[in-house]
Amino acid sequence: MFNEAVIKEIDEIRVKYPDRKSALLPALYIAQREFGWLSNEAMSCVSETLNLPEAFVRGTASFYSMFRHKEVGRHLIQLCTNVSCMILGAERLIDFLNTKYGIQKNGTSEDGRFSLVEMECIGACGTAPAMLVDTDFYEDLTEENIVGILEQYK
Amino acid sequence: MEKFLLRNIDNPNSSDIKEYIKAGGYKNLSRAVGMGQDDVMEEINKSGLRGRGGAGFPTAMKWKFAKADPKFPKYLICNADEGEPGTFKDRPILEKNPHLLIEGMVISGYVLGAEFGYIYLRGEYPAARDILDAAIAQAYKDNFLGDNILGKGIKFHLSVHQGAGAYICGEETALIESIEGKKGQPRTKPPFPVNVGAWDMPTIVNNVETLSNLPLLIEIGGEAYAKIGSEECPGPKLFCVSGHVENPGVYELPMGISLKDIIYEHCGGIKDNAKLKAVIPGGISTPVLPADSIDCAMDFVAMPKAGSMLGSGAVIVMDESVCMVKVTYRALRFFEHESCGKCVPCREGTDWLRKILERIEHGKGRKGDIELLSDVAGVMYGRTFCPLGDGAAGVVLAMIKHFRNEFEEHINTKKCKY
Ligand SMILES: Cc1cc2nc3c(=O)[nH]c(=O)nc-3n(C[C@H](O)[C@H](O)[C@H](O)COP(=O)(O)O)c2cc1C
Ligand code: FES
Repeated sequence: MFNEAVIKEIDEIRVKYPDRKSALLPALYIAQREFGWLSNEAMSCVSETLNLPEAFVRGTASFYSMFRHKEVGRHLIQLCTNVSCMILGAERLIDFLNTKYGIQKNGTSEDGRFSLVEMECIGACGTAPAMLVDTDFYEDLTEENIVGILEQYK
Repeated sequence: MEKFLLRNIDNPNSSDIKEYIKAGGYKNLSRAVGMGQDDVMEEINKSGLRGRGGAGFPTAMKWKFAKADPKFPKYLICNADEGEPGTFKDRPILEKNPHLLIEGMVISGYVLGAEFGYIYLRGEYPAARDILDAAIAQAYKDNFLGDNILGKGIKFHLSVHQGAGAYICGEETALIESIEGKKGQPRTKPPFPVNVGAWDMPTIVNNVETLSNLPLLIEIGGEAYAKIGSEECPGPKLFCVSGHVENPGVYELPMGISLKDIIYEHCGGIKDNAKLKAVIPGGISTPVLPADSIDCAMDFVAMPKAGSMLGSGAVIVMDESVCMVKVTYRALRFFEHESCGKCVPCREGTDWLRKILERIEHGKGRKGDIELLSDVAGVMYGRTFCPLGDGAAGVVLAMIKHFRNEFEEHINTKKCKY
């Protein structure tokens, strides 16, 4: 079960909506923050706190790509490869991350430091290629500057 | 043209309410309240404002339907899902000018008699989340949100609902399902959201940019607004330009400006003086235009006549180094990934199209594959539950129409030369 502070946080979100189902997406985000990913335990906690059937919670959680269903590394690299980023070299960056850090697309580096997720457009197409590391935006990426950026994430 | 939507965004503190008020912000809310609901509605009607989310639906008409419905409460939802690849036009408003959007929403809520608003923000904009939350808190503190707005007893409550990475949730009925905590799958229409929307109540969904036009519309009046840009689609428009141009970015220009002028006058032309090959004018779901067809007016009425759509105003510019088969394949990977799985033509069609495109791009294309692509796309078109599938089919059909030779070359030479 979630601790009291988390339950209170979810209760505060609940009052913003006319029914408790609607607090599910925010509650799943909180569960993901607390557990690092949406494990069975995390989803059970959500189901219990919001008093929703587990099957419903799982159904919703499985639909959205930003909810994670396996453990991820300490830092999550979300690199866009959609068209505007692709034509400016995003795929080369994916290969580079693979060679330099040994991270496969949609995988995690052996030391557990980075996970890499290939993203659809993240709304930074004018400064492509672009990525999010955890919740930070990085734009105009090159093989040279990406190393310096990732150095900040231990 | 004087900037309105992007006014003050070069000020590093532009998202602060003090700066917004200093620049004349929230005055238009007082003005609107002074005019009264019906007069504001009349100005919107006169302005000819059309929705900026992609479909270009007349805003006044949508609002009239919602107002005519006797059920309460009514809900106002701002669509900040901005998921259409190539689109980054709402982001500067959300991150740099959040009070413009909030003011627009309070005006809208007042006119519509909606007391609750939500901003459905895409999960990929975590910075905007923090900025919006802070701006909303400031607006509550200064009595621009709450139970007694401007001391006039007007009630409007606003909060942010964060999406979680599903493009389909930009479609308004899928968005409503998602706010309700469900999978984002579109609903059958009718009933339309204006009658049966969020929690089965009348619900108005409008794009960030649409709602952000309200303060300007009040400031200058509907008639003056109608004189900006093209006659049938007036107003300022945000164009976000990416790809091979010298100066990519978000530009506020009059609706109806020529696509060619956007690229050559405003964005400094093609990067490194390369040769232009093609432009996707309104986000990845809109049909591609070859280099010789870009002298067309960028608005909701003229673009279909020119063979494409205005969509979200997301201009993707591609020079001669770009392989059109690869772009089509990447686009279809996107559509396959984002198809919500509810209807068969979209779910199966996007999968088939992606598979065929993948083998052509990888040098394993077969004779007859182009016909097969056209066939599958043709069967999908007009038969999917929502426009996502139409978009996917339309992209493939346009690419084959304009760049058939590239598809043939891939198949005949069994490789991609790019
Ligand atoms: C697949 C799909 C994705 C969409 N994505 C968005 C979006 O990200 N943002 C948006 O404002 N409208 C989007 N729309 C359009 C909305 O359904 C709706 O028409 C719009 O939010 C209405 O607001 P407007 O009248 O102000 O344009 C999308 C539509 C479809 C079919
Ligand atoms: S295509 Fe990569 S950020 Fe938009």
